[in-house]
Amino acid sequence: MDALTAQALIRFGLGRRSAEALPTDPYGWLAAQVTGPDPAQFPPNLPSTADGLTLLREQNKLKEPLTQPALQADLHAQTAELITTAAPFRERLVWFWANHFTVSVKQGATSAVAGPFVREAIRPHVTGPFFEMLLAVMRHPAMLMYLDNINSVGPNSPAGLRGKRGLNENLARECLELHTLSPAAKYTQADVTSLAAIITGWSVELNALQPGFVFRADAHEPGAKTLLGRPFPPGDAGGILALDFLAHHPATYRHLATKLVRHFVADTPPPQAVTAIEARLHETNGDLGEAALALIKLPQAWSALTKFRTPFDYSVACVRLLDMPVDKASPVPGALNTMAQPVWGAPLPNGWPDSAESWSAPEAMMRRIDWAYGISAHLAEHDPLELADAGLGPNLRAATLAAMHGAGSRRDAMTLLLTSPEFFRR
Amino acid sequence: MVTIGRRSTLLGITAALSFGSCKLAFAEAETEKRFVVVILRGALDGIAAIVPHGDPNLDALRGKLIPPPQGPDALLDMGGFYGMHPALAGMHSLYSAGECLPVHAVAGSYRTRSHFDAQDYLECGADRRLDTGWLNRAVGCLKPRKTPAGDALALGVGIPLLLRGPAMVDSYAPDTAERPQPELYARIAALNAPDGLTGKAVAEGLRGRDFSAATLGDSHNPTAGSADAFARFAAAAGKLLAAPEGPRIAALELGGWDTHADQADRLKAPLKQLDAGLMALKQNLGDRWADTLVLVMTEFGRTVRINGTAGTDHGTATVAFLLGGKVKGGRVAGTWPGLAQNALFENRDLMPTTEFRSVAKGALVGHLGLDAHALNVVFPGTMAVSPMEGLLRA
Repeated sequence: MDALTAQALIRFGLGRRSAEALPTDPYGWLAAQVTGPDPAQFPPNLPSTADGLTLLREQNKLKEPLTQPALQADLHAQTAELITTAAPFRERLVWFWANHFTVSVKQGATSAVAGPFVREAIRPHVTGPFFEMLLAVMRHPAMLMYLDNINSVGPNSPAGLRGKRGLNENLARECLELHTLSPAAKYTQADVTSLAAIITGWSVELNALQPGFVFRADAHEPGAKTLLGRPFPPGDAGGILALDFLAHHPATYRHLATKLVRHFVADTPPPQAVTAIEARLHETNGDLGEAALALIKLPQAWSALTKFRTPFDYSVACVRLLDMPVDKASPVPGALNTMAQPVWGAPLPNGWPDSAESWSAPEAMMRRIDWAYGISAHLAEHDPLELADAGLGPNLRAATLAAMHGAGSRRDAMTLLLTSPEFFRR
Repeated sequence: MVTIGRRSTLLGITAALSFGSCKLAFAEAETEKRFVVVILRGALDGIAAIVPHGDPNLDALRGKLIPPPQGPDALLDMGGFYGMHPALAGMHSLYSAGECLPVHAVAGSYRTRSHFDAQDYLECGADRRLDTGWLNRAVGCLKPRKTPAGDALALGVGIPLLLRGPAMVDSYAPDTAERPQPELYARIAALNAPDGLTGKAVAEGLRGRDFSAATLGDSHNPTAGSADAFARFAAAAGKLLAAPEGPRIAALELGGWDTHADQADRLKAPLKQLDAGLMALKQNLGDRWADTLVLVMTEFGRTVRINGTAGTDHGTATVAFLLGGKVKGGRVAGTWPGLAQNALFENRDLMPTTEFRSVAKGALVGHLGLDAHALNVVFPGTMAVSPMEGLLRA
């Protein structure tokens, strides 16, 4: 495996599966995953958003746990896809954007629809216009419940005037701060309040035959609103126009570019790389597919092992290298619970951090090492030395190979491979 | 080889009969006998476990690594020439009761000093690499029981080579977090030491788990290693073997023995775990301990001289153990070759005087009643290796 191929498989992909054939053209292989269709095929019995909401409604009525089994099924299916996928670069992008638009299963209602959220609001848009993803996300019940927009009422709306409740700014604030402009755009508190008012009424109808998004006119703040100096009309359409404006704002392009470069290049994003991606987003009206293609053209993205693997990166890479079967159960959700990065369980709306210092504390390292020892028991009849070559290629250090040769057992040798400095990185 | 799921085998799933070449020569084996093999991976230093303190050359070679004659860390008395490492308190009580029989100085017929190769030879039991293990072939020679359970059980996630083969084997791993042994933690720390990010974090993480910075292997602290895991696996084995419908043959594995550095410290934890595990096995077998034979073996021993890092390197002869309710123990079997320079193997290792297959054959004959034909299936091409006699009481 040459250095370019290794970088494609490890940095842009999810790590090599031991028996995986090497692409002859690393750039082409990556590009095809962006320009081609999503090859993932999930079991047809996974719940849709409407199904998830129905289960939630019935669960509330019957006081029986109905949403958990559906969530478990989604956890299994979506983490199994990480292991078996033929398009690991595309999969990485799915999880990147799902993290960008974090929702958390720690919140009971959201857990009913977190899986469908990723499949329906994120996946279909990872190579399309950012606006489409933003709109799908902001109108998805998972996001509306997670960030309390269902409880937001315009003070001058019919419901507000009845004295029921007021504005809840949570979603609007996170939309500006985390999803689009970022604080670098210097929006004001008035802008946050305005956006909150603009999206009042964006809510969830649980009690329909097909539960889902509903625009509650009687909770919507009447009148035009001003956001960053621009006027937006009242009604449902005002919110769509506002998101269109935010999605195409230069500050948004800069913010998205910074995050993408941090993820694919280095914890401290090199300014030239950020500028390149930002420019591409600008040229293409925010096309995420074009941005992904621009990423693989960045020379800085091809220097090896500059990123520290998060538990997500790490557990997936290990399971892929060991070629563990995932048809019945996926070891990834359990691994991520152990290593304190539970799937769809980030503690805050800003999601999981993307820098080494967040994941390399002493106890975190010990958990990672212990987990690696445990997973190494699944070596089966693989030869750890062959896996070292297959998985790392030119990144394998002589010291690691020597340590593996001298290990007391094959399992120990596998553990040393998985706990080598080079395997901790991508 | 087919593996059935876990303990569900005990619930009535029909097991196909094994069809090894023993089919026509089933030993009229007693179906109530249990046989457990424990593989110690990494080369246990036999001289440190069963210490020949009566040997006049020992002090010069190993003075610094031998426990003191008195005090709480002293060798456990074995009645004369030998003393037992103080971490093996449970085994010592079995020894005193006549239920533990160490065999010194044992080695395979192979002379490789590679862990992986030697373990393969130890497990396949032949002079060339086979894909099946001798214990699996032995299972194939037992009279099939009328119970539906599989006859053999591997404790752990995978099935070791020892138990791979045509005979049906189950595997079971209790849901217990296993942890690396001190020896492995130390190597992981060393591997990461040059790394600016992970080196410090790993060293600090180990310190946080009460490993001493100097030795990275201070096992006075019970948080070292997977203190629970081996004992839990062994306890599960005992329970399952004791069940009337359960398996009769089991294999367990324990690592952490490759003590190239700081041996005095790093050997304590694995020895304690081995000891705790064997006692847990015995306890959970209950009355069936009287029908059980345990064979503890390792792939080779270690150098008689201490190396430059207060440890030992790969050697040849070592100790094996037989334990069980009917073992003729309370003594050390085999022939002690001595530690004089001209008695050593290649002037560095303990000279082997017993082949491990002789011990294994003695166990299979004396305990499971296998005949000569069966022994030839289990250990092909070893007519010259006679089964060790007198391992068991009548």
